[in-house]
Amino acid sequence: METPLTQHIVANRPPLSLKEYEQVGGYQSVRKVLKQMTPAEVTELVKASNLKGRGGAGFSTGMKWSFVPMDVPGPKYLICNADEMEPGTFKDRLLLEGNPHQLIEGMIVAAYAIQANVSYVFLRWAYKLAAHEITKAIQEAYDAGYLGKNILGTGFNLDMHLHTGVGRYICGEETALINALQGKRANPRAKPPFPQVSGLYGKPTIVNNVETLSCLPHIVNNGAEWFKGLSKSEDSGTKLYGVSGKVKRPGTWELPMGITVRELLEEYAGGMKDDVQFRGLLPGGASTDFLVEEHLDLKMDYPSITKAGSRMGTGTMIVLDDKTCPVGFVLNLQHFFAQESCGFCTPCRDGLPWVEKILLAMERGEGKPEHMNILEFHTQFLGPGNTFCALAPGAMEPLQSALKYFRADFERHITEHKCPWK
Amino acid sequence: MLTSEEIEKIEHEISLVPVRKAACVEALKVVQQHRGWVSDDTLKAVAEFMEMSTAELDSVATFYNLIYRQPVGRHVILICDSVSCWVMGYENVREVLSDKLGIQYGQTTPDGKFTMLPNVCLGCCDHAPALMIDNDLYHDITPEKLDEILAKYA
Repeated sequence: METPLTQHIVANRPPLSLKEYEQVGGYQSVRKVLKQMTPAEVTELVKASNLKGRGGAGFSTGMKWSFVPMDVPGPKYLICNADEMEPGTFKDRLLLEGNPHQLIEGMIVAAYAIQANVSYVFLRWAYKLAAHEITKAIQEAYDAGYLGKNILGTGFNLDMHLHTGVGRYICGEETALINALQGKRANPRAKPPFPQVSGLYGKPTIVNNVETLSCLPHIVNNGAEWFKGLSKSEDSGTKLYGVSGKVKRPGTWELPMGITVRELLEEYAGGMKDDVQFRGLLPGGASTDFLVEEHLDLKMDYPSITKAGSRMGTGTMIVLDDKTCPVGFVLNLQHFFAQESCGFCTPCRDGLPWVEKILLAMERGEGKPEHMNILEFHTQFLGPGNTFCALAPGAMEPLQSALKYFRADFERHITEHKCPWK
Repeated sequence: MLTSEEIEKIEHEISLVPVRKAACVEALKVVQQHRGWVSDDTLKAVAEFMEMSTAELDSVATFYNLIYRQPVGRHVILICDSVSCWVMGYENVREVLSDKLGIQYGQTTPDGKFTMLPNVCLGCCDHAPALMIDNDLYHDITPEKLDEILAKYA
């Protein structure tokens, strides 16, 4: 089984230095694209590879790049979204700490494809080790001539800066991230215009996830067909999957795209701990719908999980067990979303705290029968199309599916006037 | 109001961005690093230096969880309160820690040593529960480990 993204990552060992990375073939893709390919050819290759964005949305990376107007004069920007703050998600941390040169290499490829001369890594503040490793790696890349002016004598220039955020989930939304980089409140912007046309400082901008960018050197070196062949599904490549919760071996693994939920849960995560039973899971972070027993044989890829009414999201699942209260679980999620709402649009700003308040009342034994309808109402009212960005609709995903799969547990809170798990 | 050392660092950040204002978060980080938190007077001084209104800078400063607009202790304990840590029992850890230090979220110990704050997912979910003290990450926390961890901080 090939694991291109993590093959050089060894636990408890510092990442490869630039020299060590070059010895295992590092930066070959930069030589190849800069010297042998046109930007359009790079975009076509990535399109052909069917690489989809690993940040959660699963949009075609090559397609995203192709929306950048190439004939517009003035600067263009590439941003790496390393603001990993989706609860239950810890996959980009592995790539950032474990192989920063792979990310930088991927960023040079992407920047060349869209002809950006300035790039940023937008890193969440909590990833201190990652910040240290990336700072070091960027400096090494400058010293070796992979960054800066006239890279490898090709005339292509690229600067790279690390920006560390100061903590706000919404900065992971690409237009909010751009506002944050401009020194503004990180409220999302209206789309259109999309950042590909008008992004950072109003200039064409591509925002790609860490894992997405880390795939690029391998696609350039080995080709689109090879990348497709890594997968067990119609989605290409490998994927960094993760499992957390009361399983025997929580962790992150690079596996072929399209492995089943059951394989991930039982073989890699070792199944549930001995004293608990499986009840459900969020397949890809806090803002995805629950999957339950009947979904365990689904492939963990974008279309299969979407068909089941959820989203693969970040591919890092959070498991709910029978000793954990589903209402408390959803309350924890809604508290998070209510706190992290940017407050710009009313349904999100007012609706999420209301949902949180009701769930808290249920947990305290103060739930009322009419609360069920109020929760149902919010899943629609804060749903897609009714809010400025995807935060509130994302928040409603675990709630609406919990009301579907664990309805009896919600009702017990109301009829028994207490949390049955306490 | 700003020290020459702070000004030098902020000027460097400004030199990296095309618009002066874009460095305002970095400027807040610089002063917070030197002073521990951002007081009203400090905020005014930074705003003036950044050529922004105080209100505009404060709207940015208060947007972020980790710009402190109130005094904090010498060490800030950030407890992950997100879902994986909740499933794995962070609440017990928080209660024990709270008892040990005699403070709740948002409070500082009387000796000015520790401030305790809740924090969103630290991206350490496979080793939950997790917490950070200043720049240090601790994971797989049990109440028994807390004394040893706290002893590292003067």
